[in-house]
Order: sequence, then C-alpha cells, then structure tokens
Amino acid sequence: MQNTISLPTPVSPIKHFIKKWGATIFVTLTVIVITIWQYSVDGRVTEAVLASTIRQSTPLVLGALCGLLGERSGVINIGIEGQMLLGAFVGFLVNVWTGNLLVAVFAAIFTGAIMGLLLAYMSVHLKMDQIIGGTVITTLAFGLTGYFYQVGLTTEGKLLPIPLGPLADIPLIGRAVFNNPPITYATFVLVILVHYVLFYTKWGLRTRAVGEHPRAADTLGVDVYKVRYINVIAGGAIAGLAGGFLTLEAVGSFERAMTNGRGFVALAVMLFGKYTPLGAWGAALLFGFANAMQTQLQFADIQVAHQFIGMLPYVLTIVILSGFVGRTRVPAADGVPYEKE
Amino acid sequence: MTEENLALEIRHVTKRFPGVLANDDVSFTLRKGEIHALLGENGAGKTTLMNVVYGLYTQDEGEFLIDNNVVEINGPSDAINYGIGMVHQHFMLVPVFSVTENMILGSEVTKGTSLDLRRARREILEISEAHGLEVDPDAIVENIPVGVQQRVEILKALYRKANILVLDEPTAVLTPQEAEDLFRVMRALTEKGVSIIFITHKLKEVLNVADRITVMRRGKVVGHTSPHETDQKGLAAMMVGREVLLEVKKAPAKPGDVVLEVANLTIEGERGLEVVKDISFEVRAGEILGIAGVQGNGQTELVEAITGLRSIDAGEIVLMGKKVPFENPRYLVENGMGHVPEDRHKHGLVLPYNLADNFVLCTYYQKPFAGQMLMRNHQAVFENAVGLIKRFDVRAPGADVPASTLSGGNQQKVIVGREFSRPLKVLVANQPTRGLDVGSIEYIHKEIVKMRDEGVGVVVISAEIDEILSLADRIAIMYRGKIVTTVDAKDATREQLGLWMAGVQPEAA
Repeated sequence: MQNTISLPTPVSPIKHFIKKWGATIFVTLTVIVITIWQYSVDGRVTEAVLASTIRQSTPLVLGALCGLLGERSGVINIGIEGQMLLGAFVGFLVNVWTGNLLVAVFAAIFTGAIMGLLLAYMSVHLKMDQIIGGTVITTLAFGLTGYFYQVGLTTEGKLLPIPLGPLADIPLIGRAVFNNPPITYATFVLVILVHYVLFYTKWGLRTRAVGEHPRAADTLGVDVYKVRYINVIAGGAIAGLAGGFLTLEAVGSFERAMTNGRGFVALAVMLFGKYTPLGAWGAALLFGFANAMQTQLQFADIQVAHQFIGMLPYVLTIVILSGFVGRTRVPAADGVPYEKE
Repeated sequence: MTEENLALEIRHVTKRFPGVLANDDVSFTLRKGEIHALLGENGAGKTTLMNVVYGLYTQDEGEFLIDNNVVEINGPSDAINYGIGMVHQHFMLVPVFSVTENMILGSEVTKGTSLDLRRARREILEISEAHGLEVDPDAIVENIPVGVQQRVEILKALYRKANILVLDEPTAVLTPQEAEDLFRVMRALTEKGVSIIFITHKLKEVLNVADRITVMRRGKVVGHTSPHETDQKGLAAMMVGREVLLEVKKAPAKPGDVVLEVANLTIEGERGLEVVKDISFEVRAGEILGIAGVQGNGQTELVEAITGLRSIDAGEIVLMGKKVPFENPRYLVENGMGHVPEDRHKHGLVLPYNLADNFVLCTYYQKPFAGQMLMRNHQAVFENAVGLIKRFDVRAPGADVPASTLSGGNQQKVIVGREFSRPLKVLVANQPTRGLDVGSIEYIHKEIVKMRDEGVGVVVISAEIDEILSLADRIAIMYRGKIVTTVDAKDATREQLGLWMAGVQPEAA
C-alpha cells in the first residue's frame, strides 16, 4: 500500500486562529450588535428576547449533550426525541400523582436513563443497527405516551424561577441568566460538567478513545462495553431531564408529541457544535436567539411580509452551517458495534 | 524446568476457533533478556498465540508461567500487570489523540479528578530519553510517520513497565533503514533486561537479530533452532515443511510477437503534476518485463492506466495490435488482459463475498455462469470455484466462505486463480507477492513463469529488487514517472539496479 503521509500544510498562526475561531467570533459579534441596537430602541423587548433565547435553548442543549455522550463513545443515538418525550410524560404523570415536583424531575431523569439502557442493550449487547435502535425508542415513546395519555389531567403547578439575589437585577442579562427555574440552572452546570469530564478527566479520555478506536482501548485494558453502557445511560438521563424541562418547567402540562422534533434538532445542534458541549451550547443559544428574534419581529411594526421574518432562523441556520462551520469530524467508530473476538 | 532463568513459559496451549485449530498444544519458553523469534507462515498461529498470552483471547487448554509462577491472564489488563507489552501488527493508536494521550490511555495519571498531562508528558520524555526512542509527546498520531508511530507503541509498553515485549511483524511497515533502527533498539532493550518475542516470517531478519528461533506451522511448534545452527534455506524448509526454492527456476525466454505496446503515455496525478511522463515500452509474448522502482514513482498510476482503471492525458495503449478504448476494463478483460492488483483488498477481491463469487468477478455475466432469464447459474459458479480451489491450492474450508476469512497468501491465490484461468494474452502483476510468506511467494512466482512459458506477455511491477531479478527477462527502472533505462536481466546486478532506482542516471550509452 502506498503510504502517502500527508503532513499538515504549515499555516500562519493568525490564519489558523481565524480559521478556527473566525466563524464563532463573527456570529457572536453579530448577536451582540443586534442585541445592543435593540436595547437602545426598547430595553424590555431585549430582555424578553434574551430570556426566550435561554428558554428555547435549554432542551436543545440537553438533547445535544445526550447525543454527544453517546456518539463520543461510539453509539449513535437518534432516539433522543423518544427519550425526551417519555421523560416528559412520566415526569408529568408523577407530578400528577404525587404533586412533588422534585420527585417528578427525578422520575423524568430515571425514565430517560432506562431508555438509555434499552438503547445501550440493543446497540452494544445485541449489536443491532443503531439507527434502527434509535427509531425503536422514538416509536416506542410516541406509542406509549399516545396510548396512556388522558385528557384533562392537571397538576399543582410547575417549577418557578429562583432569582439569584442581586445578580438578577443586573440590567439586560440579569433577568435572562440569573432568574431561572432550577432545570435551566442545572443545564448551565451540566454543560460545563460534561465538557470537563469529556476533555479533562480519565473517563473522558477513555470515552473518546472508545469512540475512535475501541480495539486500541481494549488492548490497554479499557472495558469498551462498560464505557459505552455508562455513557449512553448518562445521555439518556440527560434527555429525560430535557423532557422534564418541557412538562415540569416550561409548559406545566403534557401534550401529545410535545417534543415537536426537538430531539432531532438537538442532533443538528450537536453536529453544529462539533461534538463538544460548549460548542453545542453556543449552537443551541444561536438557534434560540434566532427563534426569539423572529417572534419579536413578527410583533414589531416592520413593512416586510411576516413569512420572510418567519424564515429568519432557518435562513440563519443554513447560512451558518454551509458557510462558517468547517468540516465536522465524526468519531471514527461512531455507530460501529464492537466485536471482542 | 526451573533451572533456566525464564521470563515466560507457555505450556501446552490449545486454542480453537470455529472450524479451525489455531494453536495445537503449543509450548514455548522465553529466557530473560533474549530476543526469541517466532517464525512461521501467515496463518501458522503466531499472532493467535500471542493474543492468547496478551489476554485478548482465552485459551481452551494450557497454562502460562511468568517468572516460574503459574498465572491467570483473563484480559489485557492482567497481561499488562504481569509486565507483558504487545506491539500489534496494526497499531493500536487513536489517530486523533496526541502521543501523550495515547501513551497514558488505560493507565492515566491524575491530579484530583483531572488528567495530569504535564506529569505524563514529563514521564514520557524521561522514558523516551532513557531508551533512545525520540518522540514528540504533543504530536498528533495521525500526523507522524509510521516508523515513529511504532516507536510510540514500543514506548507505550515500556511506560507500563513491560519486561516482556511482543512485537508482531514489526518490520512489515518499515523501510530497510527504519528496520535497522528497530533492531538496534531491540538489542538495547535486551541489555536493559527486557525479553522480546519477535514475530515474523522474514528469514533474513530472524538470522540477523534473534538469539533463539521457534518455528510454527499450522498451529503447531515444529522446531527450535538458533541463527548459528541454520540458514535461510533451512529455516524456509522448517516453515513450509518441505524444500523451498528461494530462487525461481526458469528456462530462457522465447519472446514472440508484441502483445502490449505503451506509447508516449503521460498521466497527470491528483494535483495536476505529471506522475507518469512520456513512457513507452512494449511487451512480447513469452517474456517477463520487470518494472522496478521505489514505491510512489508512478508505478501505481501506470498500472491503473494499462488496466483501464484510470484515464490518461496523452499517449496510447495498444493491446494485440488494437488501440485500447478509453477506461474500459471490460474490453481489456474480454481481450485477454489479466490483472493482479497491488492492493488485493481494495481492487482484487470483494472481501465479504464468498470465494465462488470472487472467482467469477469478471466473467459472471458470461455463459455458463449466467443462466436463463437474468438468473445466475449457481451450480456452474460453484463447480468453477471447487475446480480452481483445487488447481491453485487455495487453503479454505470451502467455496462458500467469505474471502475476508482467508490469509493473505490464500487471498492472493484466489486472485491468481481467477485471472490465470482465463485465456490471457497479457498479464499485469503489481506487487504480486507483497506481504506473503515464502511458501506462497514460491508458488506465485512459479505460476507467473508458467504463464510466460505458455506464451503470455507478462509485466511484473515490484519494489523488491530480488523479486525483479529472479522473475524478469528484461528490466525497466522507473524513477519519478519516467523509465530511466531498460536492461536485459542477464546484465543486471543488484547494486546497479539499486542505484538507478535511487535516481542515479545511467551513463550515456
């Protein structure tokens, strides 16, 4: 075989920096400029937009965390939608029965984890096609929730915002960032925690190794199956939490198919964020921002057909995905079951 | 057996795979500080045995002793704990990780909950200095050359304090100079008390570097020897189980009419550079033209063009007096061209297909393999396969096993069987014996010479000077896309060919 060793072409550090961070910086600056301009026009609208950005991004980034834990360890999870939906449903039911929101949140997390276990069993143990495995989970969740859903169930209420003392009074960002309900705060912590675990700890190193070259990890005594199981289950738990966010924090009740494709958008967010939690967070915030702006612009008195404004978030997504984000590197063993002997 | 100072003793190990007895009652001893070569043909069970020792497989029978104590090895982590390190033939490195990350994976050093990469880096530099194995701990593995990757693998074992090192075919990916470096490192390691098991099928290396030699054949140990008791011929005979001709016996060629003519061929490569520049040559019936050259001097492109796999930018190819149409492998197949490709996995076989289907890859649409009404004639396909398996001595459980399950030598025999059993006028064989063991090399060389004697015009492309010298009747040397010169094989010497291959211009004649 011809060993063409392609050495990386040397680029100047400035060019390298622009290539790596240019898109992120450009998008961030654009968002900041829009926000400041808007704030100078009407401060209350801006605060509403920012709060809505955070709200919309929370389930997306949680879903993305679920997806990337799986894929970093080599298991594709397209069942996030189902894990979320079932988490939302069970969390809601537990809230109805017990009236205890904390118990309900844990029920949602637990449900997601069980669904993660199911996916792990199918893809790691049975070595099933992982796309089919994920589809099974989503279909199962839609079937179960559709069948057991009863109209007219009501609950005691939902998780309420907790202002963080004087921080919540900071102009512009105070209300959006420091006056949130608990799951949203938990999301902030989770993003940073998962990022830390994935890139700075022993477990993270092993997880990434298993997703790239499981045999190499195996020859060094790393238990490939265990790493995959735990990551997929942890991912499921996070997706369950995202479901809990929908019924216990955002809406306060359950509706059929209420996840509304968020589990799949989360996959796009994960890719967009290049399989990193912080990247995914940025991507989720951008999606959320575009959506919030779009809603606000619909109300504003602008002489443009509202369909065009409604298009805005999608156009933004397409432009950014096609133009700015470079090639995403997929973990090499993503979706490939590992055979020991 | 405790009187000897043994690092490792393997007693009566048997390992069965479904339908195969990979190791049959194998016993083996490794003394402290020696290089013990484990020699055998492909598929003799060397790697299986070492995978058992390393805990990747579990033996069905037998036991291991380390430092004269019986030990249980239930997985690689046990093996690592007992001081066994293994450098696999296909490197076990994560390509996107840095050298440091690869090194510590599974034996991470931590500070609190975080990885302590700085300390790991320092430790790696210490070990690398102590053993004279230079690496850059921050380099990303996929960016470093194969030779350095191998160094990383050896360091990985030393980092885990291995004192028994298993090297599985370590020279397969190295240039001769890199191999020499490796042997130096191996000797230096033994002086520091490391014991090395060196798996290979290359006879010269064994004689060069080993203290003792154990030969395996078909899952069994067939003998022990040492370099001063034997020579290449003796080793080859032990390995294969019969006398092996290391040189090809052939009568002088009787060239006939020109069967293949290449005129002014120019090919541009991927980056717009000319990889083949204005090459012309002709091949006559009943002769072997050897094209010698170091890898990557345009041979791959040249062969792809001749066999219809690549478009050409100038010139023409004439087969049996007729100009060959543009990129049309089927025309070539139907007009008597056979091709043994360079990369047998990529271009030679469809690995998941069974042998029977692989045997009819270029004739499946013809009678008798195509039956009535778009149906296939399975019976004819299988009869064909059974006949060829017998005729070309393919060692396979049956015609219905996937090609991927065969050893390299047997896969090559499948390709040779498919190509040589068609009515050929021209045969193009690119690196026909790369990665094969002596037995298979001898066989394939014999078959190629037989084709020549039957009046086929043969082109053999090889980077091995010995192969070219023993097969070819005329030798063309390729360097940077050009044919430097063409000489009669009788007048060629190793040294002269080597110089030409390295780019020294022949004197103006």
